Amino acid sequence: MSESSFGEYSEQVMEHFRNPRNVGVIKDASGTGHVGNPQCGDIMELYIKVENDTIVDAKFKTFGCGAAIATSSMVTELVKGKTIEETLKISNRAVAEALGGLPPIKMHCSLLAEQALKSAINDYLKKSGKPEIAVPKDDHHHK
Amino acid sequence: MKQVYLDHNATTPTDPEVVRAMAPYYTEIYGNASSVHMFGQKARRAVEAAREQVANFLGAKDSQEIVFTSGGTESDNLAIRGIAYALRSKGNHIITSSIEHHAVETTCKALEKEGFKVTYIPVDKEGIVDLEALKGAITDKTILISIMWANNEMGTIEPIEEIAKVAKGKGVLFHTDAVQAVGKIPVNVEKVGIDLLSLSAHKFYGPNGIGALYIRKGTKIQKQMFGGHHEKNRRAGTENVPGIIGLAKACELAGQRMNDYGKDMTELRDRLWEGIRKNVPHVKMSGHPKERVPNTVNVSFEYLEGESIILNLDMEGVAVSTGSACTSGSLEPSHVLTAMGIDAQTAQGSIRFSLGKDNTKEDIDYVVSVLPDIIKRLRGLSPLYKEQ
Repeated sequence: MSESSFGEYSEQVMEHFRNPRNVGVIKDASGTGHVGNPQCGDIMELYIKVENDTIVDAKFKTFGCGAAIATSSMVTELVKGKTIEETLKISNRAVAEALGGLPPIKMHCSLLAEQALKSAINDYLKKSGKPEIAVPKDDHHHK
Repeated sequence: MKQVYLDHNATTPTDPEVVRAMAPYYTEIYGNASSVHMFGQKARRAVEAAREQVANFLGAKDSQEIVFTSGGTESDNLAIRGIAYALRSKGNHIITSSIEHHAVETTCKALEKEGFKVTYIPVDKEGIVDLEALKGAITDKTILISIMWANNEMGTIEPIEEIAKVAKGKGVLFHTDAVQAVGKIPVNVEKVGIDLLSLSAHKFYGPNGIGALYIRKGTKIQKQMFGGHHEKNRRAGTENVPGIIGLAKACELAGQRMNDYGKDMTELRDRLWEGIRKNVPHVKMSGHPKERVPNTVNVSFEYLEGESIILNLDMEGVAVSTGSACTSGSLEPSHVLTAMGIDAQTAQGSIRFSLGKDNTKEDIDYVVSVLPDIIKRLRGLSPLYKEQ
């Protein structure tokens, strides 16, 4: 069995893994995103609370590796206080960069975080009768 | 911080006695064992004495049945590819199991691309190879059966004597990857009736970079490493004399310690599992409860993914490993657990604890003391864990 990529995790990834921000569930969420599956080893649930087109709160629950937990934590930090339009500009690369980079094999975790965010926004848009946006696909989830 | 190493199936520390035995072969007896002069002949005598020791340890009849290699992976490659190509005119079918180490699995996969047919025999939910399926898979084209002695992730011991009997009855050669068995449980090639056996020194307190392949006398094998006529023309390359001496010493020590090792490891391993079971809810042990090497226990922590557990244990100074997704470079759960019919979520949360001779009760109690909080905290993050 080969070994893991812990050694390649940045300080920021380890810090967010040790002290994840915004863990939990928003009971009256404006939008919820649920992505991933156990086969691939990660599942993310992202909750957003939107007021006046601005994300005022975000929380997450994640089943997954260190990088999955860190990217979930980071994405909740990045979106808080931003408008929906601003939030839609957050790419998976931006999440990874905010964490000081991810090992190549863990890049899909940042994509999963982007998917979770866009799914949550879509859920919000749908509920408010607005047109939905495209959610990126992660190839390995379709093997 | 306290440090507890529970990853001995990955590698073991080299025993200081082994290091001492090896040292003169770097600095004093440094001749090339193939050289005719005195320097070379001294090294040659040491190599041949070591070969004798390894042969005795494995219960082999003749020391020339031992070929030194660079380790388990090379031994597996030499055994499987070597037999496949030596017997190609006789047949092109190989049988292995669905839970082999990558060294065997990917070698078989490569042979499939080269025109060989490979059957992967399933295992039951405890990881034991299906003997009936094995018998049913043998055809007149079958040239080799390769099934591991003990599994690296579970520690499950396969019914090696029955498999050997089946192979012998059908006139098919039998190779076993015994990398996780040698040094942990008694291994005797003559008693069991094995034709080829792979072993690796660093799994039982020997040095890295040295292993051996037992090849029963009279077995035709196609060499895989080309060069000189070393190892009776079965494996080219200057002999790793210090490594060979270290391997022989590791065999000697393992032989002397076998009884104590078995008793001590079983006691510590059971203490660990009992401690986990009593203090952490929603845990499952995988593998066979009895047919298992004494140092290994595989535990699934429900609702969690293995890497997050390993990272947290690492922060507490505890080294363990997982066969699951994130660590292996593929994101799929362990092929071993999947083959055993364990669902993906449980497989993702599987942790292998592999103990060693220097672990103490205090080590185990320390692990048991840090685990409950780690698991509780991580479950607080898991969307799959709904209980409060």
